[in-house]
Amino acid sequence: MAIILDARSLCKAFGAVVAASEVSAAIEKDSIVGLIGTNGAGKTTFINIVTGYLKPDRGSIAYEGRDITRLPPRDITRLGICRSFQIPQLYGSLSVFENMMIGIGIVLRNAGLAGYFSRGAALVPGYGEPADAVAERILGRFGLLEYRDRNAQVLPGGARKLLDIALAMVARPRILLLDEPTSGVSAQEKFGIMQMVLEAVRAEGATVLFVEHDMEVVSRFAQRVLAFYDGRIIADAPPHAALAHPEVKRYVVGTRA
Amino acid sequence: MKIVNVTHGSFYALGAYAAASMTAVWLARGYPPMLSYAVLVIAAILVAAPFAILIERAILRPLYARDEVVILLVTYALFLILEDVVKLIWGVNPYFIAEPYALLGSFQVAGMAYPTYNLILVAAALFFGLGLAWLLHSTRAGKLLLAVIHDPEVSRAMGINVGRYYLATFALGSLLAALAGAFTAPTVSVVPGLGVEVIVLSFAVVVIGGLGSLPGAAVGAVMVGLVRSLSVHYMPQVELFVIYFVMAAVLAVRPRGLFSLAEPRKI
Amino acid sequence: MNHAGKRRDRTVAVLLTSFSILVVTGPWLPQWAMFIMTVAVARGLVVLGLLLLLRAGLVSFGQALFYCLGAYSAGALGRFFGISDIFVEMLVGGAVAAATAFVLGFLLARYRGIFFGLLSLALSMILYGLLVKSEALGSTDGFNILPSTLFGIRPGAEWVRYAVLVSAAAVALVAALLVHRYLDTPLGRLAPAIKDNEIRVEYMGASARRAVHVKYVIAGGLAGVGGALAATAVGHIDPEMAYWTTSGEFIFIAILAGTGNVVAPFVGALIYGAIHTLAYDLSPNTWQMTLGVALLLLIVFLPNGLWSAFSRFRWR
Repeated sequence: MAIILDARSLCKAFGAVVAASEVSAAIEKDSIVGLIGTNGAGKTTFINIVTGYLKPDRGSIAYEGRDITRLPPRDITRLGICRSFQIPQLYGSLSVFENMMIGIGIVLRNAGLAGYFSRGAALVPGYGEPADAVAERILGRFGLLEYRDRNAQVLPGGARKLLDIALAMVARPRILLLDEPTSGVSAQEKFGIMQMVLEAVRAEGATVLFVEHDMEVVSRFAQRVLAFYDGRIIADAPPHAALAHPEVKRYVVGTRA
Repeated sequence: MKIVNVTHGSFYALGAYAAASMTAVWLARGYPPMLSYAVLVIAAILVAAPFAILIERAILRPLYARDEVVILLVTYALFLILEDVVKLIWGVNPYFIAEPYALLGSFQVAGMAYPTYNLILVAAALFFGLGLAWLLHSTRAGKLLLAVIHDPEVSRAMGINVGRYYLATFALGSLLAALAGAFTAPTVSVVPGLGVEVIVLSFAVVVIGGLGSLPGAAVGAVMVGLVRSLSVHYMPQVELFVIYFVMAAVLAVRPRGLFSLAEPRKI
Repeated sequence: MNHAGKRRDRTVAVLLTSFSILVVTGPWLPQWAMFIMTVAVARGLVVLGLLLLLRAGLVSFGQALFYCLGAYSAGALGRFFGISDIFVEMLVGGAVAAATAFVLGFLLARYRGIFFGLLSLALSMILYGLLVKSEALGSTDGFNILPSTLFGIRPGAEWVRYAVLVSAAAVALVAALLVHRYLDTPLGRLAPAIKDNEIRVEYMGASARRAVHVKYVIAGGLAGVGGALAATAVGHIDPEMAYWTTSGEFIFIAILAGTGNVVAPFVGALIYGAIHTLAYDLSPNTWQMTLGVALLLLIVFLPNGLWSAFSRFRWR
């Protein structure tokens, strides 16, 4: 399998706090990888480094062979790597529909189809429809149409999460990093949401990495698990093996069944 | 308090005017000139307190929940109003009270005469600066204030009377501005427009030092003072705007000021 | 999208109609009315630029910098080159201001919030200081500007104001239409997103800094045109045009107008001119206080500007 994302020996420290220590992972194309670990273990830091929000002190990241270590988030997004956030990052004072339109507008702009004076009525690349139709479609797929005209900041927690993920998917990324996609979502809905997200993403042929605290979700959906602790990767294996790993049991999962 | 307060300049002017007129009355009545220094302080307190309480309670309090830009504009509006209030109360003619300044004479330093009054000013600045630092970091009330400034909502949830702290902070800040004006009054002619230049300069100082940082403000003030004096001496033509130059230069290198507080993690 | 389409047409219709009415009824207006309207158009142009920045959450306290640059460029054209054509003056004023904004934008686009505000203020005060010390440009007295000509023709005394007003209105019309169009594009719509969540904007693949830089240049250019225009209308230029209180006036009008529509800045400027003149006439010693009270009332009761009250009756 081709390696689509190659992280090599990433190191990042904030003063005395070591957020990443020799973190290396070669992610295969089209795989689904789960990132587990306690709070503060370095999962979000890993995502922040990969997406360019943080620059590692040492180490490198390659995307399809190309070095992307020093690129800022917007360039990395343009290359096809998108992410969702632990705490949903939305445009609070705008409606859900407007949130989507902003995202689609940026996609149009990056594709050179919307300049300083064009209305953006062009067909969105990859969807073949005008922007508002694409927005409706994505919102429908995520079950957010009922909130269409509500301001983002008044949405209930689960809807905010969904919108956050929906926004990350607008640009049809090749790699999607999801930071705790089911946190804040009720227990019954967790599986449903993961199913929906993965179906939508996989239909486009994307590689997915997701951070998750619910081990059942991890077992069910991940093909491979990276376990983090104290800034290091302590296990890198398929879910069952990883969850049975002694260190993982000790630091992440807990030793009781 | 995380508000940008343009009215601060008005309190400076109020302090200066109050001090000027009260001292003039004091001296005219023949009371001991040496006590005029106390008069300066008392005048500042007497004028700052009622205005500060009125403004904070009636105007600022209902608007804290709004955007920070709104507060800025409100204090700007108040500044405009107070500029004219000062003119209405004290008229447009300049006030001079040189006595407290002249009384202390001067002493020789490196072959030049240095006014003793200026030394008093420096001492006062040190006293109030250190006093404020002590108040904030060593007293219970001060620490509670820091908590309130950091997160008013959590503070309220913990039972702290946030409203009272906001009032106290605003009053204290305004009082300090008035004192500054009062102490400066003997050294200049007190005219309308006194508050205008000082407020822009003090923003420059705070921005250079870093928002919310007390030592930063001190360092910033010293820097501003030094730069100004040096430019007046060596390059008078740039005196008017050299300080803005310094501000732009500092911000270019340290975008949040010299002693900015650490930014919390966002994502 | 349908009601948005209607709204769009309404603005364009209002702009075109107002312009036409102005051109037709202009010759019958008294000189003082034409003067007030020209100054309102000038200020409106500056505030139009401010509107762009405000939508992105950036409050510039230094638009007076570009306003003054535009004015002095226009004046310099006359003083040193003998040129007095009104369109050339506006063009050069706008170009000089926009070029300056382009250079300064590299520094300023990195800042937000109060730092952006104070830095922009500092830059305008630097210009003020430079001008005050400049003997060649008349120092604090400034200098007068040549009477305007239009395409080489010098209008008769009664027609000068009308010519200036119509030229100004024409430029303002074009500017307003262009900005209105820009606000409808994906790039123009980025402004509230930048204000709300810049990190998300970056993560969706757009450069917030580049967008801010562009807006700053447009705002600077518009302010420059406004400055040149104001200089022509008043006939005199002085460093006070770069003082921070001038920037304060523009901010006041921006708050008065609100950021809802491109027509608002001009209406706001007209109303501000009226309040200012009235306040000054009623009581010259307390006009600042009247202004302050008016601003306070606006902030408390109409936080989104007069436009929000107006639009409530129209199409919501």
